[in-house]
Amino acid sequence: MSLETLLLYFFAAAALAGGVLMLLARHPMRVALALISSMISLAGIYAILGVHVIAVFQVLIYVGAVMVFMVYVIMLLDARDPSFLERYSRAVVPSVAAAAALAAILGAEVSQGQVMTAERLAQMHDGLTGASFGVQPFSVEFIERYWLHFELTSVLLLAAVVAAIAVFRAGRRHDG
Amino acid sequence: MDRTQLLITLSIALFALGLVGVMVRRNALVLLMCMELMLNGVILSFVTFAALSDTVSGAVLVFLVFVVAAAEIAIAIPIVLLLARQRRTLDVGAFSELKG
Repeated sequence: MSLETLLLYFFAAAALAGGVLMLLARHPMRVALALISSMISLAGIYAILGVHVIAVFQVLIYVGAVMVFMVYVIMLLDARDPSFLERYSRAVVPSVAAAAALAAILGAEVSQGQVMTAERLAQMHDGLTGASFGVQPFSVEFIERYWLHFELTSVLLLAAVVAAIAVFRAGRRHDG
Repeated sequence: MDRTQLLITLSIALFALGLVGVMVRRNALVLLMCMELMLNGVILSFVTFAALSDTVSGAVLVFLVFVVAAAEIAIAIPIVLLLARQRRTLDVGAFSELKG
């Protein structure tokens, strides 16, 4: 077993452990830290796959922006909230059963998947090095072919900012 | 186990864990974070297939998904904060009349 495969298993186990800890932790701050560790493990997996651009984005956007925002909001909140004391709703057993059934069905499909022929699988294993996912080919392709999508993204973010401000103003009018 | 199968199985497991969290936990912020976990599982399967097909368009699309996720959280957190300010709690049981 090569070092790369070993690291892949390690990061996969770490991501899973983070997900399980999210369900078990009581305080939202611990849930957030478990989610951050899970996301960083996923970034490690992306880096092993050779998809360096996405690994960097995962750390920058998810851990750097989204989760810092989340942690900041958690620090704003009252620590004596009743939802901190009682973790689970009453529907624990049916929910866990339903999600386990979903995972079992999908996992069974994946584990006995026969869609790929051996030849295509060999081709695809070459693909898993992710040679075209370096920063340079990504950037060139991005600016040359997908510039319109990039500009539309900025419009989406602007709309999100305006909507967030509007939500806060509506809330203040309601209060006062 | 084949590497692709391992990654897709991990993505299914993360999605299922997030689903359990959304259905079971009571804190509204924890619910949001469990949704992020589900989204991360889906993105993992997406990146795996994009790396298999070895095209740049997959990476571009993942980048766009990241941006949409950031916009989503920027809207969702103010709404949660307003709910918390109005009801003085984050327990989703307190917002049960929102189900319409």
